[in-house]
Amino acid sequence: MTDPAPKLPVNLAANPVLSSWVKFSSEGQVTISPGKVEIGQGIVTALAQIAADELDVDIGRVKMVRASTAGSPNEGVTSGSLSVQQSGRAVRFACAEIRQIFLNVASDRLGVGIEALDISDGTISGPGNVRTSYWELAGDVSLDRDATPGAVPKSPAQRRLAGDSVQRLDIPDKVFAQPRFIHDSALPGMLHGRVLRSEMSAATLMELQEDGARAVDGLVAIVRDGNFAGLVSETEDGAEVALKALRKGAVWSPGETLPDEHALAQWLKTQPVESTIIDKKTVSGPREKKRTLQRQYTRPYIAHASMAPSCAMAQWTAEDHVRVWTHSQGVYLLRADLALVLKLPVANITVEHMEGAGCYGHNAADDVALDAVLLAKAAAGRPVRVQWSRADEMSHAPFGAAMAIEIEADLDAQGEIVDWRHSIWSNGHAARPGRAAQPSLLAATERADPFPRMISTNPPQANGGGADRNSIPLYDLPSWQIESHRLKTMPIRTSALRTLGAQGNVFAIESFLDEVAAARGEDPVEFRLRHLSDQRAKDVIRAAAGRANWKPAKKAGSGYGVGFARYKNTGAYCAVVAEVEGEEDIRVKRLTLAADVGEAINPDGVINQIEGGAIQATSWVLKERVRFDRQRITSNSWTDYPILRFSEVPQVQVELIARPDIEPVGAGEAAHGPVTAAIANAVFDALGVRVRHLPITRDSLIAAMELNS
Amino acid sequence: MPSIRFRLNGVETDIDADSDSSLLTVLRGPLGMTGPHFGCGANECGACNVMIGDHAVASCDTPMWSVAGKEVTTIEGLGSPEKPHPLQRAFIAEQAIQCGYCVAGILMSAAALLRRNPAPADADVRVALDRNLCRCGSQNRMVRAVLRAASEMQAP
Repeated sequence: MTDPAPKLPVNLAANPVLSSWVKFSSEGQVTISPGKVEIGQGIVTALAQIAADELDVDIGRVKMVRASTAGSPNEGVTSGSLSVQQSGRAVRFACAEIRQIFLNVASDRLGVGIEALDISDGTISGPGNVRTSYWELAGDVSLDRDATPGAVPKSPAQRRLAGDSVQRLDIPDKVFAQPRFIHDSALPGMLHGRVLRSEMSAATLMELQEDGARAVDGLVAIVRDGNFAGLVSETEDGAEVALKALRKGAVWSPGETLPDEHALAQWLKTQPVESTIIDKKTVSGPREKKRTLQRQYTRPYIAHASMAPSCAMAQWTAEDHVRVWTHSQGVYLLRADLALVLKLPVANITVEHMEGAGCYGHNAADDVALDAVLLAKAAAGRPVRVQWSRADEMSHAPFGAAMAIEIEADLDAQGEIVDWRHSIWSNGHAARPGRAAQPSLLAATERADPFPRMISTNPPQANGGGADRNSIPLYDLPSWQIESHRLKTMPIRTSALRTLGAQGNVFAIESFLDEVAAARGEDPVEFRLRHLSDQRAKDVIRAAAGRANWKPAKKAGSGYGVGFARYKNTGAYCAVVAEVEGEEDIRVKRLTLAADVGEAINPDGVINQIEGGAIQATSWVLKERVRFDRQRITSNSWTDYPILRFSEVPQVQVELIARPDIEPVGAGEAAHGPVTAAIANAVFDALGVRVRHLPITRDSLIAAMELNS
Repeated sequence: MPSIRFRLNGVETDIDADSDSSLLTVLRGPLGMTGPHFGCGANECGACNVMIGDHAVASCDTPMWSVAGKEVTTIEGLGSPEKPHPLQRAFIAEQAIQCGYCVAGILMSAAALLRRNPAPADADVRVALDRNLCRCGSQNRMVRAVLRAASEMQAP
């Protein structure tokens, strides 16, 4: 058998010009320009490690450039735990080829065969003390050429930096308060903008008295375009004061009616839907069926709830040219949406990334960029920085979609599963900009000539799926049918939140399996292992169970539960043992996790992501639920949308299973589903109550107990 | 607008400000100190925390009139890359953040804790930081960093 012809990594094939990724300076620096962006996950450091390794330069010489449509490779969106997989692979292959290009030139220059040359911190040397360097050759070697397939990156054993917990490059700036965040950046002559939005969803602006706002010192302009209204001021304080005055002068009429928060599952299941069979596995021959077990699970809408309100800057540099600074996850995608709204060619719009706070998916980052562009129109060429309020961030940004999930399994006389049916009702989990013929940006729906609100869709299974993410069991069950019903109405705006539907699906599957195992009187770890043939899956479960001393002796008022998933069924493996305490209020005492991400470029970075994901998932499970009445989102402050606090955070231990020979995958979303399920299963172990509706609060516990009795 | 005098990071400071303006607005606006971050504007998240005297307070919720004559320390006054505070060193050593938007406020809450309790236990740190929110899930690393800084400061 011959090896298939080598192919370029996908993102390198899409952006083949080597100089768009890597540039050397004669001053001894190498600039790496990825299309993925830092969102607090440490990707910039991991990519610097990969580049330094392949090129054989000290990581201190690597300068990482922020993504910009002015020149960065277009790597789509920084999401889905794909950055190491996609960008890392592209950088690795680009650097491997560039290293070879320089070795060839050096060989000619020095008259020494390539095999006799060595590169150390950018210096290329050979026998007889002949030497040159990337920096010396930089002016003579053009990288304005396309990458070619066949470059051979170093083997894992040859890498010096990948696999090391190199310290994050951005952390010193952040603890010393050196401005990195867009919120802290000021352009010369910058003005401040604020947008006026009603608390009510999709409200109509009936009347706007501007006198009060106009009387405020420093006011530059008031902008009104249909239901979109905002202002520009010389100072941030002035903008806030004027916004208060403008709010007093605004009369709104209610917009869309929201569903009944207390009958969410029923509402989800009675909306017009588009139904898709996600997967079907059949078995020939008759099967014995003794009884059928049917369960319904729900999760509420969940807010991204970034620590920072979304922020952007925009400047019109000519009548029809605009520059935008944004913490969006996809600069090219945002640009595409802005072009649709502004009816401008994309070439007239430059979108540049600047860091924001963690976003955890598609929050208001893109929305505020359009706000800034619209307000900057009134700023006579000066740049305008716009920042949302906490309340707007918690009510007008897209949410993670609520889900109702039904699992039905036929069991034989021994309580073994003989058939499995999994059905999901949910809004779509993706309405990111730049992917449709219409924009997904909020203000585009508010202007006098509005676009309709984009109804969220689901990425196909080949891309990991949306509502259906992780709905296909990884377990060896004889037959199954997985169905997804995507709502065609969307009164509450939804889009990508970390894991998309995986958190809900893993919660449902892992809870259901736990129940089947318990009914059989079988240990839940053993039950899972018996139904898995994937060795890496078994290894993480055994590792987590082993480290947690599964299963510790029963103590009154405490319980242990296990959860497992392979994110997207193709990404990171993660297993968790949760220990909970409590009777009325559940406290998660400890989470013991094991994860396998293939090659861990930066092990501490991976652990940080898994640990952070586990803590965030605990917050989702114990606390989080977007609240609303029939007209407005009411959970628009931290008081009304509480998240986990320091005193409530469980101890977290993470064991990484080292697989340096396996292609790396991302870690940021691996823990959420398994942790959710493990906590729910531990609650059952502690209290004998199955909570099937998130979050697990005192109220949901009481409801579940009533259902049981 | 009245002139309000206070000490900011050890420097006598006079600023013309509306006495009802928040300290955060004045710090980030006319004084150009962007270390303290706006998170909620309602003393609910701690991203804007500074020290007044030995106490961590939310600067978004502190009117300028109440600052007159006081000693205000922001993250900018805690330490610098050249002369880092042990807490800043420890946060780097423990890689104790993810996005880092909340960290300026958390460092100030931690600094105030170490002033009143130089040898805190794990639980003391959690209580002291309980009004500071972190959305990325870096809390345990932060607690470890504070304990590391405390033991470093205790070392003879």
